[in-house]
Amino acid sequence: MKSLLSFLMVVSLLFACGGGNQNNSNTNANSITLKGSDTVLPLGQKTSEAFMATNKDVSIAVVGGGSGTGVTALMDGNTDIAMSSRDLKSDEKLKFQEKQMNIEVITLAVDALAVVINPKNAVTKLTREQLEGIFTGSITNWKEVGGEDLSIVVYSRENSSGTYEFFKEHVMDKKNYASTVLNMPATGAIVQSIGQTPGAIGYIGLAYMTPEVKSIEVSYDQGATFVAPSMETAKNKSYPISRPLYYIYDVKKSEKVKAYIDFTLSEAGQKLVEEVGYIPLTKN
Amino acid sequence: MKHFVEKIIEFIIKGCGFISAVIVLLIVFFLFREGVLFINSSPLEDHHALFIHKDNSVNDLTETQIKNIFDKKITNWKELGAFDQKITLISADEIDELFTETQLGKNFEYLSVCVNHYMDTVPGTIAYFSEKHLSLTPGIKQISIQKISLWKFLSGKEWFPTAKPAAIMGTLPLLMGTLLVSLLAILIALPLGLAAAVYLAEIADERVRKILKPIIELLSGIPSVVYGFFGLVIIVPFIQSFFNLPVGETALAGSILLAIMALPTIITVSEDAIRTCPLAIKEASLALGASHWQTIFKVIIPYASSGITAAAILGIGRAVGETMAVLMVTGNAALLPTSLTQPVRTIPATIAAELGEAPFGGLHFKSLFALGCMLFLITLITNLMVERISKKSKLN
Repeated sequence: MKSLLSFLMVVSLLFACGGGNQNNSNTNANSITLKGSDTVLPLGQKTSEAFMATNKDVSIAVVGGGSGTGVTALMDGNTDIAMSSRDLKSDEKLKFQEKQMNIEVITLAVDALAVVINPKNAVTKLTREQLEGIFTGSITNWKEVGGEDLSIVVYSRENSSGTYEFFKEHVMDKKNYASTVLNMPATGAIVQSIGQTPGAIGYIGLAYMTPEVKSIEVSYDQGATFVAPSMETAKNKSYPISRPLYYIYDVKKSEKVKAYIDFTLSEAGQKLVEEVGYIPLTKN
Repeated sequence: MKHFVEKIIEFIIKGCGFISAVIVLLIVFFLFREGVLFINSSPLEDHHALFIHKDNSVNDLTETQIKNIFDKKITNWKELGAFDQKITLISADEIDELFTETQLGKNFEYLSVCVNHYMDTVPGTIAYFSEKHLSLTPGIKQISIQKISLWKFLSGKEWFPTAKPAAIMGTLPLLMGTLLVSLLAILIALPLGLAAAVYLAEIADERVRKILKPIIELLSGIPSVVYGFFGLVIIVPFIQSFFNLPVGETALAGSILLAIMALPTIITVSEDAIRTCPLAIKEASLALGASHWQTIFKVIIPYASSGITAAAILGIGRAVGETMAVLMVTGNAALLPTSLTQPVRTIPATIAAELGEAPFGGLHFKSLFALGCMLFLITLITNLMVERISKKSKLN
């Protein structure tokens, strides 16, 4: 008898849990979904938290997964706003046009990628062509670019990351990475590895700079001018390896998302941008 | 009443067994459905194709040739046995650089005209476009590209699943990397673990055992990310300076870390097996005049052999399937391993690293499921092998 009772209790508990879940799935009419780039993710989270604090009737869900995932979700109507760390590709534009969707692309911040090496390395500057050679595997020793006789160890992000794609497109002239490149799962691991490997080189977001690694100056005009990555040079656009971060949405849904996007672009929102470690938009 | 309760409990237990078996089968079915669908698909994006001028004698290209063309390593059609003409690349990504908006039309309605005209005037062009957006004129032909065959998937030496326009999916380096890392890990962990188990079960006195065993079991409770970070901060720099290598993220680092992670399983399971050896058998051996060591090696270990094989299987399982820690210390360069002090990329690490951002349902996504199938088969084969070996040793 006792066992039967306890059995019944367990069953009723299980049902109680199920009931609870159903209540949760009751969706709010004012809910916005953000999906896409993992680079934009911390920014999306921070701004939506601040926005929800003042607008109690709105709920915002922020999901990562990569820029491509976000854009695809927007195309399929699975998200209200796509977060992207790159501009729309022409073929994506073609697909939107095919679906007869009018979309709006909003720049909300700028992110700069710093090329970093081990602090013991004497090299201080590289041209884009040299970087291309290093990452595609045609330059394998530091002495070829004015350093000491030491083999180059190249670190990169995983091949499905938006940062990986951005670097490939804007630094490596769309050429593929060498297969000897070491792929690290996270920016933290890249910093750690470069800090302890004398011949290492890699790229990280400016927000992730630490004293364990040294950033180098880069030149996009065959060595005429070299620019070091910093908040300043990224803001005045003299640092070449920087990229805007975007929110993309369907114009049909602009009423729903407008208030939130306006908040992100407002002074308070841009302050949060700086807090997260990205470069706020300069007022024109 | 009692009878009724027993019936219910029996029913529930039966049901649980049945449900878990069905779930396992469903997962395997799902894995293979996704993975098998991948074989024989085209390495290009859906509905996309490569186009060239009709006068070009090239008819088909391999993925590697396409990669070399788009990496600008092959710059002239002559190198592919066709006419002497410089290769020019155009793709949907670059149309706004080549043509003005008025040329293309507001909704890209003149795209076909522009591209066709461009290809007519520059005969060395190779164009990468969606078939939907391009209606062909007779002067242009489509290149045929081999489908991804099972053989190519297994024997290809390059892993570039996100290469544009054609993905390159050769899993040989990943397979060899996985086998190398887990084999070495088990070679380190098995003797060490077995020795520790014999020590704990037979030699250590009760007090030491009571302290040591919980500590060893504690090791299996540490999350693998923590192991990974430990490996990255301690083992990797050590290997780098000890062997004087340019880089410390190597197959060896992965193996050592995996060996540490597999140890608790191996020790606990084989110690339990050794302790099940009946006292009567041990006493009989000692009574016959065998020393303690002889008893351990000739009587106790053979008696516990099936338990020890089970420990080995569990250890191998842990080593083959481990993702996060390996992901952090092996460097993940998809190279065919030629030595232990070289970066490698394993199958589980590849799946873990890439699944998150591979577009759902796409080619890359499916290829990762195919990798999952491979991993499943590897574990299945080791299990079968070990079972067979343990059966044989029992017959003797």
